[in-house]
Amino acid sequence: MINRGEKMIIIGGGHNGLVCAAFLARAGYAVTVLEAASQVGGAAVTHEFAPGFKVSQGAHLLYLLDEGIRKDLALDSHGLKMAGTGLATTSISAGGDYLRINGDQLDGPGAEPDDQAAMPEYLRMMNRFAGVLQRLHNRTPMRLGTTDRGDLKALARLGWDIRRMGKRDMREFLRITGINVYDVLQENFNSELLKGALSLEGVLGTFLGTRSNNSVFCALQRMSNGARYDLPAGGMGAVSEAIAAAARSHGAEIRTSARVRRILTEGEEACGVELEDGSVIEARCIISNADPKTTFNRLLGAQHLEAGFAHRVRNIRSNGCVAKLHLALSEPPRFTGLPDEFTGDRLVIAPSLQYVEHAFNHAKYREYSKDPVMEITVPSLHDDSLAPAGQHVLSAVVQWAPHNLKQGWSEAKVAFTGRVMDVLAKHDPEIRGKTLYSELLTPADMESGFGMTGGHWHHAEMAMDQFLMMRPVYGAAQYRTPVNGLWLCGAGCHPGGGVMGSAGRNAANAIIESAGG
Amino acid sequence: MRTVHFEHRDHWRNKVYPSPFHSRQKELNVLRTWSRWYDYLSVPAYFDATLEYFAARNACAVFDLTPMTKHVISGPDALPFLNRLVTRDVAKIKPGRVGYCVWCTDEGQVIDDGTIFHLEPGRYRLCSQEHQIDWLMINANGFDVDIVEDTHDVAGLALQGPTACATLKRMGLAGIENLTPFGLAHFDFSGTQLMVSRTGYTGDLGYELWIDPDHAELLWDRLFEAGELHNIRPMGSDALDMTRIEAGFILAGVDFMPAMHTVRPTHTRSPLELGLSWLVDFNKPLFNGRRALLEEKARGSRYRFVKLDIEGNKPANNAYVFDRREKNIGWITSAMWSPSAKKNIALATLDMPHGKIGDEVLVEIYYQRELKWSRVMANARVVKDPFWDPPRRRLTPPADF
Ligand SMILES: Cc1cc2nc3c(=O)[nH]c(=O)nc-3n(C[C@H](O)[C@H](O)[C@H](O)COP(=O)(O)OP(=O)(O)OC[C@H]3O[C@@H](n4cnc5c(N)ncnc54)[C@H](O)[C@@H]3O)c2cc1C
Repeated sequence: MINRGEKMIIIGGGHNGLVCAAFLARAGYAVTVLEAASQVGGAAVTHEFAPGFKVSQGAHLLYLLDEGIRKDLALDSHGLKMAGTGLATTSISAGGDYLRINGDQLDGPGAEPDDQAAMPEYLRMMNRFAGVLQRLHNRTPMRLGTTDRGDLKALARLGWDIRRMGKRDMREFLRITGINVYDVLQENFNSELLKGALSLEGVLGTFLGTRSNNSVFCALQRMSNGARYDLPAGGMGAVSEAIAAAARSHGAEIRTSARVRRILTEGEEACGVELEDGSVIEARCIISNADPKTTFNRLLGAQHLEAGFAHRVRNIRSNGCVAKLHLALSEPPRFTGLPDEFTGDRLVIAPSLQYVEHAFNHAKYREYSKDPVMEITVPSLHDDSLAPAGQHVLSAVVQWAPHNLKQGWSEAKVAFTGRVMDVLAKHDPEIRGKTLYSELLTPADMESGFGMTGGHWHHAEMAMDQFLMMRPVYGAAQYRTPVNGLWLCGAGCHPGGGVMGSAGRNAANAIIESAGG
Repeated sequence: MRTVHFEHRDHWRNKVYPSPFHSRQKELNVLRTWSRWYDYLSVPAYFDATLEYFAARNACAVFDLTPMTKHVISGPDALPFLNRLVTRDVAKIKPGRVGYCVWCTDEGQVIDDGTIFHLEPGRYRLCSQEHQIDWLMINANGFDVDIVEDTHDVAGLALQGPTACATLKRMGLAGIENLTPFGLAHFDFSGTQLMVSRTGYTGDLGYELWIDPDHAELLWDRLFEAGELHNIRPMGSDALDMTRIEAGFILAGVDFMPAMHTVRPTHTRSPLELGLSWLVDFNKPLFNGRRALLEEKARGSRYRFVKLDIEGNKPANNAYVFDRREKNIGWITSAMWSPSAKKNIALATLDMPHGKIGDEVLVEIYYQRELKWSRVMANARVVKDPFWDPPRRRLTPPADF
C-alpha cells in the first residue's frame, strides 16, 4: 500500500509516462519521472535533424489522443495547438492518378462511382466496430477466470456492446475482426488506389501484411478515435511538452538524461532504481514506461520472475518494421498529377493491395521492401515553425523495414535509403534535387534512440493475442506486475501504442485504486 | 547456455535404444519381455517380479536406471537457477550431497520430481523421470548457466537391499560403509570414475552407481561377481514399483499427472496436494509457483495425498474411495499387497477435507477369480507412516553380511 506523499518513480518520460505522472501528481502523489533522453516524449518528439529543420521524429500524425486526457490535463492551456486538423488522405500514384479520401467523400481521378457509393456504409460499419474497442480503452482490462464483480461486469459490458449492435452488425463484427483487410476491402471496393490506401490502416506500425489476420483488428484499433488526422503545431514534441507542463503544474518532478540501469528488488518487492550514473533512488512504487521486454528482461532481469511469466515476456512479438524518412527540402515536393493544394494532405504510397502485400512479403524473409509503402506528411506546409521560410520538411513512415534484417541495419541503411528515395522520385522526379539533407531512422536506430525493443511502434505487436487481458502478457495486463510495487504504463500495455495517453492514465488509475483511492 | 546437440542420436530411425547394460540384461531376461522407458529399452521383469522384489528386500537387487533423464547444470548462476526452479532451498544441498525435490509451474502445479546431485561446488546434476530440456531452457532465461543433457552419457545402476553395502565393499569400494544417506562418493574404477550415491527408490538401504557407458558392462560384471554370495539379483521395473509403493514414493504419470502433460487444469497437483509440503521452502524469496502455493496455503488445497491400509488381501488398483456414507471422495493411484508389511496397501488422492490420519474410508475393489468379476467394499484407514521404513535404511555404517 502506497501513502500519499510517498515517492513514486516513473521510468521513462514518453507521453504515456508523462500522462501517468500528471494523473498521479494530480491525485497528490510525489512523482519523479526519470527519462533517459535529453528531452521528454519518447517516440513523440520534435527533433531538429538539420540546422533550422525540425520534424516529428517518431509519431508524426495525431489521431488517437484521448479527448478526456486532453481536457482533464488542460493540455490546450499548457500550449497544445494544432497546425492542421482533419487531414484528408490522398493516395498517389506514379502515373499521376490520385484519389482523395476526405471523410466519406472520395474525389480525384482515381475515384470510382461504386466506391463513392460504398464508402459511407463502410465507414459507418468500421467506426461502429472501432467504437466497441474504443469503449475498452479507458479502463483496466478485466481478468478472466475470476469471480470479481468488476471483472464480470466489464465482460458483461463487452458482451452487451457487441450484442446491442443488432444481429447484422454483430455478425459482421464477429466475422471480420479476426480476418484480414485484403478480404474485407475486396468485398467492398473496386479502386486499387482506394483499397491500397485503406489497407494501410490495418498494417501501419505492425508486422502484418494486408492478408495477415489481425489486420482488420489493427485497422479498427487505429480508427478507434474517429481516424481524424491532426498535426500538432511545433511537431509531436509539442504534445509531450504540454503533457509534461501539465504534470509539472501538478507537482511532478521530471528529470531528463537520467537513464535507469536497474530496477532494485528486495525479496518480491520493488524497492528502488539504480541510475546509469550509479546513484540509487529508493521507492516502493516504480512505474515503467519502457517497453515490457526492456522492463522485465533488462531493467529487472528475468531471473527475478517466475519462469512461465518470464517466458511469456520473452515471446512477446516486438519486431519493429517501420523506418522513418526525414527530408529537408529547398522547396515543397510536387507529386506527379497532384494539385499543389493537396500536398499538405496525409499522402500515401500504396497504389494497390497487391503492392502493399508485396512490400510486406520481404519482411517475412528478414528483408526490406524493394518498393516500400509510405505515409507522407509535409508538416511545414501547415506550420512554418518547422523550416526556414520557403523551405520545407517531409516526414514519411516507411514500411517494411524489419528490425531483424538479415544483413543488419548498419550495412543496409544506405541501400534502403536509396530505395526509398527511388520510390519517392517516381512520384516527384525532382525530389533528389530539392533535398538539402536527409535522415533515415531504421528500427535499430529507434531501438537505441527511443529505447523501444525492436524499435516497435506499439512496444508489443498489436494483435488479438496481445490485446486486452493478454497485453503485454497474461499476469501483467492490469498494469500491475508479479513484482510487488512494479507497474507498467507504456504502449506495451492495454490499449497499445500510438500517441493516445490511455495506457498512462489507466495505469495511474490502477495505482491510485490499489492505494485505496 | 549450452545444450547438447541431438543430431547424432538419429532419432527418426531409432526411437528406442538398448541400454549400455543391454548385453547383460539380455542374458538374464529369461522372460524375453521388454518395455520402453523414454529413449531406452527397459526390463519389466527378468524372471519373476515377486522374487526380484524379495531380492531387494532380503538380499540385494540391481536395477538399470540409465533411462532417467539427466542434466548437468553449472556456471556462475547454477545455484540461483536451481533455487528459482525447485521449491526447496538448494543452498542446503552441500557439495557431495543429494536432495530430493519437486518443481512447479508458475501456478504451483508439479511438473516433475527428481533428485539434485551436488557433484562438486557449483556443479549439479538433476535427475528426473520426465524429459525436462524444454522447461530447463525456458528457465535459463536471465541466468548465466550451462545446461547439458547427459542422459546418454551416464549409465546408472541402482543396487538396493540389505546386502548392498557388503556387495560394494567386496567389489573394492573402500570406505563405502561410511557413506551416509543422500551422500556422494567417487571411486577409481578400472581407469574411469565411478560415482556412488546412497540413494534409491526402494525406501531401504541402497546405492546408485553412475559410470560412463563404456564401462557399463564391466561394472555390471564386477557387481554380480561381488554380489554372488550376497544373493544379488537383477530387478525389473515391476519389482521396483512394488518397493516404491511400500516406501510411499510417488511416481509421475501414475500418482500425479506431470503439469506439462496435463490439459485439464484441475487434473494437475500441487506439492501440497502430494504430501510434499516439506519440500516447499517459503523462506526463499522467489521460486516458480511460490505465489500460487502461498495462496493455496491460505485458501486450502483441493486434494490430499494419503496412504491407505486396506482390509483383506485384494489389491485395490484403480479403485474409488468413499466416505462412510458412500459418497465418492477420491481414488486409488497405486495399490498392492505388500509382502513385507503383510498389508493391503495403497496410495490415494482424496478430496479435501477427507483423508486426515486415522480417517476410516471405504474402497470399492473389483477383483477377478478365474475370469469371474466380484466386488467388495473394503474398510480402509488413512495411515501416517510408509509401509516399509526399516532402520537400516539410515544406519551408517550398515550391517555387514
Ligand atoms: C516510426 C514511428 C512512427 C510512428 N508514427 C505514429 C503516428 O504517426 N501517430 C501515432 O499516434 N503513433 C505513432 N507511432 C507510435 C507512437 O509513437 C508510440 O506508440 C508512442 O509514442 C509510445 O509512447 P510511450 O509513452 O508508451 O512509449 P515511448 O514513447 O517509447 O516512451 C518510452 C520512454 O521510456 C524511456 N526509457 C526507456 N528505457 C529507459 C530507461 N532505462 N531509463 C529511463 N528512461 C527510459 C525512453 O527514452 C522513452 O522516452 C509511431 C511510432 C514509430 C516508431
